[in-house]
Amino acid sequence: MSPRFSLAALFTAALLLGTAFSQVELRMTWYDDGNEGQVMRELLDRFEAENPDVRIVMDTVPYSSGILQSLPLQLASGDAADMVRVTNLGGLSEYWLDMSPHLSDPDYWETNFGPFLDWMRPAGSTAIPGFMTQLTVTGPFINRTLFDQAGIDVPTGDTTWQEWAEVTRAVADATGTPFAMVMDRTGHRLAGPAISQGASFFGEDGHATIDDEGMRTMMQLMIDWHADGTMHPDTWIGSAGTYVAGNEFFINAQVVLYMSGSWQVGQFANLIGDAFDWEVIPNPCGPMACTGMPGGAGVVGVANTDHPAEVARVMEFLTQEDVMAEFYGRTLFIPGHLGLAESGIDFQTDVDAARDALSVFASEVPRLDPTAYAMQAYPFNFVVFDSIRDRLTQAFVGELTLDEVLERAQADIDEVLREQGIR
Amino acid sequence: MAVRTTPLQRANALAGRGVQGLYALVMNAVGFVVEPIQRVIGQRNMAYLFLLPNLLVFGIFILFPMALNVYFAMTSGTALYPQDRNFVGMANFERLYTCTDYANPNTCLEDRFWRAARNTGVFVAFQVSGMVAISLLTAMVLNRKIRGLGFFRSVFFYPVLLSPVVVALIWKWILQRDGVLNAILISFGQDPINFLLNGTWAMTWVIIVSIWANMGFYTLILLAGLQSIPVELYDAGAIDGTSTLQSFRHITMPLLMPTMMVVLVLSLIRAVQMFDEVFVLTGGGPGSATMLLVQYIYATGFGTQNPRFGMAAAASVTLGAVLLVATLLQLRIGRGSERHLA
Repeated sequence: MSPRFSLAALFTAALLLGTAFSQVELRMTWYDDGNEGQVMRELLDRFEAENPDVRIVMDTVPYSSGILQSLPLQLASGDAADMVRVTNLGGLSEYWLDMSPHLSDPDYWETNFGPFLDWMRPAGSTAIPGFMTQLTVTGPFINRTLFDQAGIDVPTGDTTWQEWAEVTRAVADATGTPFAMVMDRTGHRLAGPAISQGASFFGEDGHATIDDEGMRTMMQLMIDWHADGTMHPDTWIGSAGTYVAGNEFFINAQVVLYMSGSWQVGQFANLIGDAFDWEVIPNPCGPMACTGMPGGAGVVGVANTDHPAEVARVMEFLTQEDVMAEFYGRTLFIPGHLGLAESGIDFQTDVDAARDALSVFASEVPRLDPTAYAMQAYPFNFVVFDSIRDRLTQAFVGELTLDEVLERAQADIDEVLREQGIR
Repeated sequence: MAVRTTPLQRANALAGRGVQGLYALVMNAVGFVVEPIQRVIGQRNMAYLFLLPNLLVFGIFILFPMALNVYFAMTSGTALYPQDRNFVGMANFERLYTCTDYANPNTCLEDRFWRAARNTGVFVAFQVSGMVAISLLTAMVLNRKIRGLGFFRSVFFYPVLLSPVVVALIWKWILQRDGVLNAILISFGQDPINFLLNGTWAMTWVIIVSIWANMGFYTLILLAGLQSIPVELYDAGAIDGTSTLQSFRHITMPLLMPTMMVVLVLSLIRAVQMFDEVFVLTGGGPGSATMLLVQYIYATGFGTQNPRFGMAAAASVTLGAVLLVATLLQLRIGRGSERHLA
């Protein structure tokens, strides 16, 4: 080995070592509904190429156990990652980082994410904690092929949940499909139909109060549908204390109608494709509204991070319009960026059903009821949703009556609010 | 006459001297530290010194968390660190025990705790009695001179080696709506049964699965107990004309009682602590039909977006107290029967 070569090798090694020592490692806790983890990784690789002093490790965890159950404890104990992807934006807002001092253009964030920033801020705060990876709208998917096989027309116009239950039962009977409907096991999915029936969700003190005629009607419908076999029982009755998605039953054509939301589109485009005809229908109506629930997931910085400036740099990279457009386009997510929502996203899919589904979900946004928005922004909405989910399930198996469900669910909510020092 | 040694003997002698030297070195080093201490605290107190490392580990990892848990039980709020929590005294216990009718969980403020307590009672009663009975029966069969004894011992012990999660997943595939068991029922022209969607069925299967998964361990303990009973006693009994049932009642059972007590205490503690298998198999459902106390504690303290650490701690203190009383009671009964035997 020549002395010159040795010197060069030594110099390179020293440079590499120096870079490694000065490199900041950030961790991002992530969960996947579809291909978004892969897309995010590619975007982060691009960021790392442009910013060799920062390395981002993605920890992909299951949504239910990793995000809903473990993350709150990690946040409380100060052990969470530097950035996290969450759906409980408001309930955990005390743990989010205010990136404002580190952002080069905070106005860009206010302009493009303004309304959604309120979802992730503590009340009265002007913090900028993160951005929306997607906006979501809940709504039902149907298996049109089963309708065609049954020779039954898909209802159009403003139809009610009761009418959909009837027609999907007829389709299921005619085609030998095991169950007519399935709904994700969460109070969030039930909230839209309940608001349509007239549920108001809020008491005079501005906090959750759930016992009213609208909620009673919707809960009774759910009880009846589980009792008569309209609803697939495995999601709600077959589980306890946790969120369960009903997507696999829809993908496997075990149900005619699946009440879920826009985040399923990307997954269905991949997993169903054109195996059967599937589509999204407008949210069925009740006497008060025809609404689903808005929602979404966001990536937020965690206040406990040792590297707030680097977190803000990553966030600024990810929220550039072209980067966001690519992310939304490839993941088939409804944009949570007002500028892109206005200019439109070029969704990258060959599956027509996916494009049509996204179009229907987009058209649902103006139909969302104000109560639905208020509930989404309510910091304790998860308390309400979880309590409704678990107590209602007890009614399905005969442990509680409807009156007891409402009484118990309200008591659960009050107890948590009391622990928070609110009620 | 000079004794001739082989190279191997020489190597052994050399190694022996090496080990002796090392031993002496270590003991001298220990002595260098220990002897002055012994002179100060006296020989009698040296035992405490040797116990100290273990006591420290026990104190830090067992006693301190236990004490912390008792403190948490007397606090409320969502903060994780003790100094940030509000002290509320016995309020959590008061709420936990407030019922108008303890037999009806719906009349209790914390109805899920009482449902879980009732479920745990049912589970423990059937699981422990079933486990002990089946383990004893299996041990007695395996204690006989049967063909393929080693194979059968392995077969019964094998589930113990499996992770509880794996056990639960296997049984879930068997018991679910479109699982193996329903496929068999359908192939015989029967209607499928929703084993995991019906409260009674779910609890029954939870008990069966947990017995299946754990009986190998207790069988092994009982088998060792059976093998320690002198054969001469049975021979003497046979000469006196005792029947099989009489030998079982008057020879096997009394002499097996100490082992039985170990099995009872261990299986009771394990049954009360049951979580993993049930959590994976049923999630505590349908409704709350198979939710046991440990799951209630987990769900209240950890399995939610708005954890109630204080209430979870109060429930776990209660569970610990119940377990302590049950174990002491069992040991007392066990000692009583041993004295009776003596």
